[in-house]
Amino acid sequence: MEFGFTTAAYVVAAVLFILSLGGLSGQESAKRAVWYGIVGMALAVLATLIGPGSGLWLLSVLLIACGGAIGVYIAQRVQMTEMPQLVAAMHSLVGLAAVFVGFNAHFELGRVLAMSDEARHALEGFAAVLAHKTAVEQSILRVELFLGIFIGAVTFTGSVIAFGKLAGKVTSKAEKLPGGHMLNAGAAALSLICLIWYFNTGGFFPLFVMTLAALFIGYHLIMGIGGADMPVVVSMLNSYSGWAAAAIGFSLGNDLLIVTGALVGSSGAILSYIMCKAMNRSFVSVILGGFGNAAGPAQAIEGEQIAIDADGVAAALNDADSIIIIPGYGMAVAQAQNAVSELTRKLRAAGKTVRFAIHPVAGRLPGHMNVLLAEAKVPYDIVLEMDEINEDFPATDVAIVIGSNDIVNPAAQEDPNSPIAGMPVLECWKAKQVFVSKRGQGTGYSGIENPLFYKENTRMFYGDAKASLDSLLPKID
Amino acid sequence: MTVIIGAPKETGNGESRVAMTPESAVLLQKLGHECVVEAGAGALAGFSDAAYEAAGVKLVKTGAALFKAADVVAKVRPPSTAEAKRLGKGQTLISFFYPAQNKELLELCNKQGATVVAMDMVPRISRAQKMDALSSMANIAGYRAVIEAGNNFGRFFTGQVTAAGKVPPAKVLVVGAGVAGLAAIGTATSLGAIVHAFDVRPEVAEQIESMGANFVFLEFEETQDGAATGGYAAPSSPEFREKQLAKFRELAPEMDIVITTALIPGRDAPKLWTGDMVEAMKPGSVVVDLAAERGGNCDMTVPDEKVVSDNGVTIIGYTDFPSRMAAQSSTLYANNIRHMMADLTPEKDGRIVHDMGDDVIRGATVSHGGEITFPPPPPKVQAIAAKKPKEKARELTVEERRAQEVAAFRAQTRSQVALLTIGAAFLLGIGLVAPASFMQHFIVFVLAVFIGFQVIWNVSHSLHTPLMAVTNAISSIIILGALMQIGSGSFLVILLASLSIFMAGINIFGGFLVTRRMLAMFQKS
Repeated sequence: MEFGFTTAAYVVAAVLFILSLGGLSGQESAKRAVWYGIVGMALAVLATLIGPGSGLWLLSVLLIACGGAIGVYIAQRVQMTEMPQLVAAMHSLVGLAAVFVGFNAHFELGRVLAMSDEARHALEGFAAVLAHKTAVEQSILRVELFLGIFIGAVTFTGSVIAFGKLAGKVTSKAEKLPGGHMLNAGAAALSLICLIWYFNTGGFFPLFVMTLAALFIGYHLIMGIGGADMPVVVSMLNSYSGWAAAAIGFSLGNDLLIVTGALVGSSGAILSYIMCKAMNRSFVSVILGGFGNAAGPAQAIEGEQIAIDADGVAAALNDADSIIIIPGYGMAVAQAQNAVSELTRKLRAAGKTVRFAIHPVAGRLPGHMNVLLAEAKVPYDIVLEMDEINEDFPATDVAIVIGSNDIVNPAAQEDPNSPIAGMPVLECWKAKQVFVSKRGQGTGYSGIENPLFYKENTRMFYGDAKASLDSLLPKID
Repeated sequence: MTVIIGAPKETGNGESRVAMTPESAVLLQKLGHECVVEAGAGALAGFSDAAYEAAGVKLVKTGAALFKAADVVAKVRPPSTAEAKRLGKGQTLISFFYPAQNKELLELCNKQGATVVAMDMVPRISRAQKMDALSSMANIAGYRAVIEAGNNFGRFFTGQVTAAGKVPPAKVLVVGAGVAGLAAIGTATSLGAIVHAFDVRPEVAEQIESMGANFVFLEFEETQDGAATGGYAAPSSPEFREKQLAKFRELAPEMDIVITTALIPGRDAPKLWTGDMVEAMKPGSVVVDLAAERGGNCDMTVPDEKVVSDNGVTIIGYTDFPSRMAAQSSTLYANNIRHMMADLTPEKDGRIVHDMGDDVIRGATVSHGGEITFPPPPPKVQAIAAKKPKEKARELTVEERRAQEVAAFRAQTRSQVALLTIGAAFLLGIGLVAPASFMQHFIVFVLAVFIGFQVIWNVSHSLHTPLMAVTNAISSIIILGALMQIGSGSFLVILLASLSIFMAGINIFGGFLVTRRMLAMFQKS
């Protein structure tokens, strides 16, 4: 009876999780969808506490409460610009938890196998499930938990490094140890050997060696990926944390774990795919890090970067009827979203059409810019995707680029030798006038010169994005 | 040793411009140079001798004295033979020179040992725009052409409905959308006229439209690529010319003002506005021919004069439009000269470095170090990026499109079936070895992945960050595993399980709450 209740609760929880993800298709339904997720999670935890996980339930509740309190505290304190770091940090927790749960499964298996037949029948909960497994099932179990631990360990160190890079605690440049990807391949090969070893012996040592190897892979793989590729990395880690949960679900024989893990895993996989597509690069090339060698010499750029001051920008904005703003990571770094929002409000109040063009990989997290603009109270119906707005640039008076570089680089279309050739970009240079708010004359993450800055209709508005916009605001009427 | 830059009074007939203004002199002095002008040089352009003196410029009495005093002589018009003879060894002359037409003058200057920088030879690349005197003068000519036309045109430019009756707007046709043409378009549109413009280079259609004029579209197969000729027009084929003239004939009766600016480098101006077109125009209409110096675009143009045709059309063939606005054109020309001097004085220390490795300086220098350096080699960088061969998007017939759709559908079906077959074979393979209990879970897994893919594709792009946060929260479902294990007897297991529960707890609450916080921020306007 108890078991039946748990299963029923799991079914409901799984349905709620699916609804919760499906609800994210629109801003309004999303607000409801979160509640589905919350209820689903509460139901699943409760059912487990009452049913198969009733041992030491008081301790469990206490731990959840403690963890929850910390979670609530963090969720309320976190700045929206720190969202990428937070997401990465949370992935690392899931990864580590998966590793621990996997280890536990291994210990339990060992303990149960050592028992006599009579003792096995007396077992409860998870141990009882283990006790009823045949030899083949035990072998499969080993593979499953091995996989769970492997993915979990990669996710853990990978996410920690990603967190460090996003928070600026680790250099955001792509760095590799001497040996490069051979080290990763070596560690992967070592893990494979450990798998065969563990499959045959069931000892703890190969499991432990593999864990170390996986931790190293996670660390080294992400270290070799640069800052601007982080949207792919974070969504990939998101996917991994799901697959780890699914693998653990297999080893524990828990369908809800499998379903949820699979949902999360496929979600992250799709996100990574969308991000890669937006950069016109294959997943493998992003993960292996860095840009490939250019196929030939880049086209020479002719002209000079012409600077402009706030008065000039303000005059052009006051004259313009339609304006498109293109925010990038620079806006997040300078915390300029509120200034941008204020500018938008003033321009809209003056009867001008103001819209935002968001490139899929703008920022360090999928959808990063949308969240920042939403935080600054920019209405979401004027924030448009690249495909929706790209055709409108020729009819636009002023395009303002705030802290983005590669996503507005015309070389992607004009120069077949450019490292980013073929990447879809926002065609802001087709607007009558382009202002680029930028700190200095340096190149973007990819180190590619941006011909946009040299175009005749481009003016460079140098300075910190927030300071620049603040100096601009009083001049708009 | 400081360099002395001098501007003589122009000796050309009716030339009012001057190559140095008090304003440019101040800036030249900042480069470390000294400045002199001939007394009265700026008088016709509105710059008094006193203004020059106030700017720290020395005055000399005569042209001959100026040529003696100055190391660099800045002029507007090409020097006369007398002036050229005054040049000495090591002296530099900066002026319009037209070396292709003035071969003898060039040889003379070269024999005198002078360095000659021809302002009309500055290459047309972005970096050199600030010293492109041809463009700055053409800009003025275009503006002045409209003003002259208005002066001779008896009606308003802009359409008005007044108590005394309705006034139709003037219709203006600008032929040739170079710098002068575009300036004319801008001036005429801002006066309120309806402006049409034509050019043989189709790529300037965008520029014409951006200035507010209608591009006169000519349906013709072969078109010119302006990039191949450094942004200038090239001669067109006889067929094209015929087609073009036919179009003009069609437009002629409607147009009140025609401004022709068509020039092809190194050739006589093409005849585009023939006598019969003038005859077809309404009495009182005006034709302004900016190409008069090179023979004119209009058959009836008389250079330097204003003539009236038999049917009352005024044809203006002045060649001195910039000089008619001497204050403005002197200011711009002097700035062009100043930029040239700035490039010649890279260290701003008053020392001239004549770097023949520099594209711009090399292109403009026609005589240097006792040698004639004209014509210059082609510049290293193209003026305008070469036009990419446009792919001809052929209109597909209905059948072809249908066939394409069918093919695409087939390919899709094929790849789907292939994927399904592989997937099914894979599942079967696993099913052969794996026990039933595993297969049950596996089916659940595959279905969940499938649902996941279907659901996630619909997630809006702008909600990707909330999606990550929420998937993050629900991936803490791993807590179930830990909850099930915590009841175990082993201390190690309990410890690890507790840690897992603790971490998952952070994640669940943090993930969901942060998602809620984010979603609450999304507001509709």
